[in-house]
Amino acid sequence: MHDTTILLIEVGALLFALGMLGRLGRRVGLSPIPLYLLAGLVFGHGGVVPLSASEEFIRVGAEIGVVLLLVMLGLEYSADELVGNLRSGLLAGTLDAVLNAVPGAAFALLLGWGFEAALVLAGITWVSSSGVIAKVLGDLGRLGNRETPVVLSVLVIEDLAMAFYLPLVTAVLAGVGFLGGLQALAVALLTVAAVLVVALRYGRAISAFMSVKDAEALLLSVLGLTLFVAGVAAELKVSAAVGAFLVGIALSGPVAHHATQILSPLRDLFAAVFFVFFGLSTDPADMPPVLLPALGLAVLTMATKVVTGYVAARRGAIALPGRLRAGLALMPRGEFSVVIAGLAVASGVEPELAPLATAYVLITVVSGPMLARLPDYAWFRRMVRRRMAVRQAVQPIGSGD
Amino acid sequence: MRARVEQTPLPGIGVRHDLITSSGRTVGVVSHRNGRRDLVLYDVDDPDSSLASIPLTDDEAEALADVLGASLMLGQLAGLRQQAAGLLTEQIAIPAGSAFVGRRLGDTRARTRTGASIVAVLRDRDVIASPGPSFPFEAGDVVVVVGTRRGLDGVTAILAGEAGD
Repeated sequence: MHDTTILLIEVGALLFALGMLGRLGRRVGLSPIPLYLLAGLVFGHGGVVPLSASEEFIRVGAEIGVVLLLVMLGLEYSADELVGNLRSGLLAGTLDAVLNAVPGAAFALLLGWGFEAALVLAGITWVSSSGVIAKVLGDLGRLGNRETPVVLSVLVIEDLAMAFYLPLVTAVLAGVGFLGGLQALAVALLTVAAVLVVALRYGRAISAFMSVKDAEALLLSVLGLTLFVAGVAAELKVSAAVGAFLVGIALSGPVAHHATQILSPLRDLFAAVFFVFFGLSTDPADMPPVLLPALGLAVLTMATKVVTGYVAARRGAIALPGRLRAGLALMPRGEFSVVIAGLAVASGVEPELAPLATAYVLITVVSGPMLARLPDYAWFRRMVRRRMAVRQAVQPIGSGD
Repeated sequence: MRARVEQTPLPGIGVRHDLITSSGRTVGVVSHRNGRRDLVLYDVDDPDSSLASIPLTDDEAEALADVLGASLMLGQLAGLRQQAAGLLTEQIAIPAGSAFVGRRLGDTRARTRTGASIVAVLRDRDVIASPGPSFPFEAGDVVVVVGTRRGLDGVTAILAGEAGD
């Protein structure tokens, strides 16, 4: 019984501390993700106050946190939106993948980390944080902006791409080699295509199966279905996260809307536990040596995100200021990068990867939203306007090219 | 001549409708999936960026739509007046002491007596178009009347008629 008592005390104190941190973060306009990661560092092995009894609980909580993060992401999008976006945003999405995944992979290979770690780091640098970015766009009042659909479209493609990337990484990390990875990818492709077709054709029927009227029953049935499918997906080596994501996509209409509302508090709880868990598994003593490489990688891949946003917005016939806004908004990496790094940590592929990923996510998720504000400052606007004026003056004469 | 409203999906958020006016400005409405909606005004210098984003509640959005609808209706009536020479449109308020407060439109026998027609009634923020003879008046109603100058004056006089007249 004694263990349970300590567990209650530890988990209680931890959650309370997270609540306080989150409040502090909101006051200074910071996403809670970096604060949770830092809290994990403090409480973890080699941290200031190591937790003892609650580690197992937190490990299971973190697993549920990933599943909930992904099902909520799936609930946000309908199958129509995903398919519609796939057509319009495929080129921007491909560019995004090439520009941002390649530097991560190259970086890992440069450090002499091997193929598996390179694949993981590619994912970490590739995926922007849709949660953080959607929040930043809302806070800055940019939801009505004309470049916003471009930004969202890039995020949607990234999220959809995760449905293929995560099974690939899961398989490769399980040690099946490259061919086994391709096999997993093929299985994932078929599964996602099947789910999309079913959701498009019979989405209503699936959703009609669950009643919106009874909130309690809806909570239990959606949560149960999600955990079940996630577990089965993990058993089939397709990654639990992807199973949860697909459940989210398959649900639509009022069921999805209500499920989003009732699952949100659960997601907040378990996602916080997940971020803490990731911090826990990193020894703070490992951080200083990777800080400089992480900073370099962050600067490089934030620049490539700006290029991605710039080019994607230009294709959408957006003017220069909007292109810069789109690029700067795309910079923060967050929950997905941590999910991917978490897979690598669980399989113990490269000991330095976890501290590097922690530092990398901390840097981008803190500086990204701040840099996203740049285009709103008067001096930045003046600079851009001057640049545009010069360009307009040059263009009519510019016959040199 | 109809204005073009463009619809842009915002995946994960909702949908945006926007309208480019003939004066070159853009007005947009972002409809969030949770029912919230924002009225968005765009910058003149940078048409991609929103200058202001005003959240509207259900009631506020409805009120705004009504005001725009009412002024549109009156505008169309004004157009009608220009087309048919000699025909005038006027808004006439029913005075609080009028005999017709609480009575039906048919009781005024306005068209028979003056030749002018009551084509709409403005009540609070609502526009009641083409009210029938059984339409009951309330204090504060404003009737929109189309007719000749003499006809309009006649309707004004009838509606001003004191109770017990």
